[in-house]
Amino acid sequence: MAALCESFTLCGLGPSGGVGLGSGLLALEPGPDPDHVLLTDRGRTATLFKVSDQKPLGCWSVKHGQIITCPVVCNFETHEYIAVHDDKVLRIWKNKDINLDKVFKATLSADVYRIHSLPNGGPVVLFKGGGVRTLDVLLEAPQQEIENIVSDEVIKWSQAFMEGQQPVLIFATEKDGDFFVYVQRVKMNSLHKYKLEQQESKPMNFTACIKNQFITLLCLYSNDAVYKALIPLQQNAEEEEQILSKSLLLNLSVSGSVLKGTSFVVLDKDHIAVLGSLVTSGEESKECLTIWNTKFQTLQTSKELPLGTSGQLWCYEEKFFFTHGKVLTVIIYKCETSSLAAAVGKLKDSRAPDVSTFVNWDTLGEAELAASFQSQQSVPLKSEPKMTLRSRRNAVTKVQQDTLSVGQLLLNLKDASTTVFEDELRQLMSKAQMPDIQATIGCVMTAITDRCKANPKYYPQSFLVQIVQTRDLSYSLCPDLMVVALEKKDVHLLQICLQRFPDIPEEITYACLELFLSLSEAYLQSTDVNLESVICYIDVEFNNKEVKSEIVENGFNAELEKDSCETKITKETHLTAAGELCPVGPQKAALLNAVLQSAYSETFLLPHLKNLPAQQAVLFLRYLHYLHVKCSEKINTTLPGIRAPTVNQIMDWMCLLIDAHFTVMVMLPEAKGLLSNLHRFVRAQVRFYSELNKIEGSLRELQRLNHQKDIQTYSIEVLELI
Amino acid sequence: MGEFEVHRVRFFALVPAGVRCLACLPRAARLALARTDGAVEVYNFSANYFQEKVIPGHEARSVEALCWAAGERLFGAGLSGEIIEYDLAGLRVSRCVDGGGGPIWSMAANSSGTQLAIGCEDGSVKLFQVVPGGIQFERNLDRRKGRILCLSWHPSDTHIAAGSIDVLRVLDVCSGQTVKRIMVNYHVQKVKRECIVWSIAFLSNGTVVTSDSFGRVQFWDWEQGTLQESHTVSTSAALSLAVSEKEDSIIVGTSSGATYQFQLLPVKMGSLEKRWVRTKPFQHHTHDVRAVAHSSTALISGGLDAQLVIRPLMEKMQKKGYDAVLRKFTFPHRRLVSCARKARLLLFQFSQHLELWRLGSTEETGKDGQVLPLCRMPEHLLQLKSKGPEHIYCSCVSPCGSWVAYSTASRFHLYQVQYEGNSISVKKVPKVPKLLLPAYQLQFSTNSDSLFVASARGSVHVLQLLEPGGCKHLHTFRPPSGSPEAVYLLASSADGHWLAAVGGDWTIHIYNLKCFKHHCTVPMYSCAVTALAIHPVTNNLVIAYSDQQLFEFSIPEKQYTAWSRMVQNCGLHKVWLERDSPITHITFNPKKPSHILLHDVYMFCVIDKSLPLPDNSALLMNQSTLKQLPETARHRQLHAFKICKKFQPLLFADLLDENCLVMVERPVLDFKTQLPLPIQQKKFGT
Repeated sequence: MAALCESFTLCGLGPSGGVGLGSGLLALEPGPDPDHVLLTDRGRTATLFKVSDQKPLGCWSVKHGQIITCPVVCNFETHEYIAVHDDKVLRIWKNKDINLDKVFKATLSADVYRIHSLPNGGPVVLFKGGGVRTLDVLLEAPQQEIENIVSDEVIKWSQAFMEGQQPVLIFATEKDGDFFVYVQRVKMNSLHKYKLEQQESKPMNFTACIKNQFITLLCLYSNDAVYKALIPLQQNAEEEEQILSKSLLLNLSVSGSVLKGTSFVVLDKDHIAVLGSLVTSGEESKECLTIWNTKFQTLQTSKELPLGTSGQLWCYEEKFFFTHGKVLTVIIYKCETSSLAAAVGKLKDSRAPDVSTFVNWDTLGEAELAASFQSQQSVPLKSEPKMTLRSRRNAVTKVQQDTLSVGQLLLNLKDASTTVFEDELRQLMSKAQMPDIQATIGCVMTAITDRCKANPKYYPQSFLVQIVQTRDLSYSLCPDLMVVALEKKDVHLLQICLQRFPDIPEEITYACLELFLSLSEAYLQSTDVNLESVICYIDVEFNNKEVKSEIVENGFNAELEKDSCETKITKETHLTAAGELCPVGPQKAALLNAVLQSAYSETFLLPHLKNLPAQQAVLFLRYLHYLHVKCSEKINTTLPGIRAPTVNQIMDWMCLLIDAHFTVMVMLPEAKGLLSNLHRFVRAQVRFYSELNKIEGSLRELQRLNHQKDIQTYSIEVLELI
Repeated sequence: MGEFEVHRVRFFALVPAGVRCLACLPRAARLALARTDGAVEVYNFSANYFQEKVIPGHEARSVEALCWAAGERLFGAGLSGEIIEYDLAGLRVSRCVDGGGGPIWSMAANSSGTQLAIGCEDGSVKLFQVVPGGIQFERNLDRRKGRILCLSWHPSDTHIAAGSIDVLRVLDVCSGQTVKRIMVNYHVQKVKRECIVWSIAFLSNGTVVTSDSFGRVQFWDWEQGTLQESHTVSTSAALSLAVSEKEDSIIVGTSSGATYQFQLLPVKMGSLEKRWVRTKPFQHHTHDVRAVAHSSTALISGGLDAQLVIRPLMEKMQKKGYDAVLRKFTFPHRRLVSCARKARLLLFQFSQHLELWRLGSTEETGKDGQVLPLCRMPEHLLQLKSKGPEHIYCSCVSPCGSWVAYSTASRFHLYQVQYEGNSISVKKVPKVPKLLLPAYQLQFSTNSDSLFVASARGSVHVLQLLEPGGCKHLHTFRPPSGSPEAVYLLASSADGHWLAAVGGDWTIHIYNLKCFKHHCTVPMYSCAVTALAIHPVTNNLVIAYSDQQLFEFSIPEKQYTAWSRMVQNCGLHKVWLERDSPITHITFNPKKPSHILLHDVYMFCVIDKSLPLPDNSALLMNQSTLKQLPETARHRQLHAFKICKKFQPLLFADLLDENCLVMVERPVLDFKTQLPLPIQQKKFGT
């Protein structure tokens, strides 16, 4: 669920309020560091703010008579600021500069529309004529001639991305009610022009994101709907003016009232935020900020803004920025992926907020919201801006034709040679505009797995990995894929599947676990397994000594046990020291982590888990114990690294495994030492937590007493009765 | 409506005395209670548990046992060795008879109420006959060693069970002989400790129930001398027990503050064999529960923490009403504070002394909830110690602050206080007129030139105060038809024209002060008056009854006002009527004639008569809701009752001037710390 959280004022606007002199804001751009924004007003001034402190850090103005015509941006590589005033004059300065008159100046030969600054690609300058230059190129010869591409079209909107190492610029123009979209890859000098499908209503605002070689362009239309168009980046044929077809993504209406949007931003693959006025027939319209779920077509949350806005909305680092009345307001929002798994509580993402509450001990139980914000530092805009498409009813017939044609195509390809088969499939997949892309991919995957089954020698591993990695697949779309991978012992693919599929049956999860445990370390060393979840914490034998010298933060595993076993102490510590080595190699550990993090239901997993051979069960338990010890080294009980399992997942699996193999564990001689180690460790922890519990009780009592002491024997207070 | 500057006073160091004994009047809805300082109170169940009568204590006269006998006569006995009869109409001790056996530890009346048995320090049990106009010694029963700590008559009046140290005895009333002697500490853990039988009850089937210092409740067959059942309820002493009239339920109080109910229940459903089962534990007290009583519908317990707790038995309740609510009374249902509005002084009444304080002041103003900085601290001006062993009945300070009056059971004192700069001088007014004492309520007129003294037999004396430091008896009002009951509440009008007086029979008489005549009587209402006041502008008398009803009676017109009729027609809000503590003070704001200010222990309320009454669907305590609403939206939500629950427990509230209030609080924790430590109990996690 998405939610709007606390809001605060960043600064006042208007003559007395600090910035803007009442003429409004031109734009807000991210500053040189996180938590910083650059605010440019429609006058002469640019101001740098630290958002969390609500405090300006710097302010620069151009001379009287000059006017800043393009939002000031920050060059993230050099930490310089770039501004254009009076359309043509470029200024570049650093933090320490005070007077803009004395900083670097370059006069250009054409009017600048906007400068886009990209995190790794440097600033890109877009001219009003449609010409694009990187800043470096431009500064080599400031007076160079800039071509006019758009003739008499007017640029309405532009945005830039990095694709690979290249900046990509997309901008939209208008001429006589027709809208055109240009996509320019700056370094390759390639330019594509598209015409937007015509419609009675007009686009009012655009936003775009890029993923997998496709630009997703979202347009807010004046008929209160958001449309989506996909633009492929790899376009070889230089066709003239393709028509860009679009599909309805979202209708901005809810139970009789319509949201007249003025601007919008994409929050993540399922959520967009729209600022606009909510119009209910017969009532006065109210301006409000809303968050919509495009997957379920629902309004998630909204906030009324009774003082009015300027219609502009920016969003950086999980914060909305907009003018509200005479101030610039910041609202923090929270946006979680909506999924059934989240609802059931077995969310696959190990960094889910319910787990993250463990990170910040202070906020436990009190400020859960705040805690989850601190831990969720991923920027949703960049994460997965892929939209699931919801077609309108009139598109349905077309969709059926498409799938039919896909089906036919696949049928035709059944007997084609391997290379032809793969090429055709690649072709098919790149036609991403197809509204029912998921179903198509499902068909494709089925076709491949069928072929694999028919021909045991055929196994297009890299192709499969590519598809699984780039598409939002699920187990149910291609049920045979994992079975085939299991047969082929393709652990790499299995790892990706475990990480990506939300709906793997427990039977398959178990099969993966058994396979991973049974494979030899030597075999695994030759495989291409993603080790990102283990490299941060695993101890490999040769650097064991350094690892040992690390400070043990909780420190109870050795000390606390002293009282219980006096004589054995030296022996035992040796044993734990030996036990701290990871019982499996890094590859196997990474694979097991993938299993630990997959979603499951205990009832369905338990019967399968009983079939696990005893030796493997002990090995797995040993690994879980190792993880548990590792977790407890840190006070926040989390493992370092990306996609590392959480302590809750580890505990759940440990309980499950002991449940499933209770008698085996009791009988097996080699399990004895492990179990007693495990028991001792858990007991020490329980004791530690119960001590904490006592301290908490005492502290709370103190708190209570402190509150009561505050009351004095006499005071004069004000009481209002209404 | 407005902002008030509230003087929040918490320096009234009142420590209510602990409850020593309780006695339920059989088959009538009255409860007598004695406190450790010797004060005796009577609560009327039918008047919503109002503390109807208070007889202040006496230093030398502790009360160890109370009982009702011969109808509604109340007797007490204590360590002074005297049996005391109380005059409940005149609110004083009517007579004392020496028991003749040293300190008396226990007393019990027989079922017909004709005989009293007392248990004495010397180990004797003595019988007294209750005769009209007093009691007469009848005879001594068999005397053995060891003080008699508790007594109980058999319902047939033939035997008496007496509890002592280590032993309980059963005495035959006819022969006066001890017919059975039972050792209660037989084989207790081999350690020889004294076992004190704290409380005893004799059931009609011959079972004797005891509670003892080992925390046991034991059931004995007295004829066989055998122990039938023993229940250990506490590791500390079980101090008190009481049996219901039907003998199917027992309440036991322990020194850990817990009370337990035992019930006689069939062993199996439908079985005839019944056993005593410990059913319900309650922990309402923090200190020893020295006294318990069992009414037909409730368990009643009183502890040394000064609390009286009435816990209704829900299975005996037919419907939800006043009786179905748990009640806890800690503070008296009358005012112990009086206020000199003009001089900004507060007079606090303690059992044997008075304290006069001057309020502080501030020069700042602020918003709701803000604490203002003080520019002058409150000042303790005066402490007046009452001489002699008698406790103070009532006290008052005049509005100008220059007169202070108080009364004990036998003496009336009037002082003139003079302030000269920072010094203060007190002069006792000599030769106060001889009045019918004690005085139950004192009230100065608004212009401080006369003093009204509420007295016995419905009379009210009017004294004229004279400068310098004198007084003269002007007149005594008496109800036209006479009354045996003492006047316990007074109200005078601001214009000095009218005086209203309420006696123990709950009749309100209104007297004309100009021509010293009886003006009229307010129509009788079947409930106790808890507070009344006369409006300074309209001369309407506002009356609060213990069933939480409010009436407004126009004195000049001798009839209820239109607003009062409207209130009766519409009915008060359900939540208002379900409150369990009575209104103890009513006052007015002369600048806003439509306002009535009143308070009980848990709330302060301003009633704005110009606003509509809330109906039952509306929220009665809507102040916090209103504060959240914007100004414009408040209008629809407004109703007449503006209730503030911020100040608790509230002993007194008054209006000093137009927007200045004084609130006297006594936080329970403050006086709990002054009580002797209860038995230490280990709490989890400490």
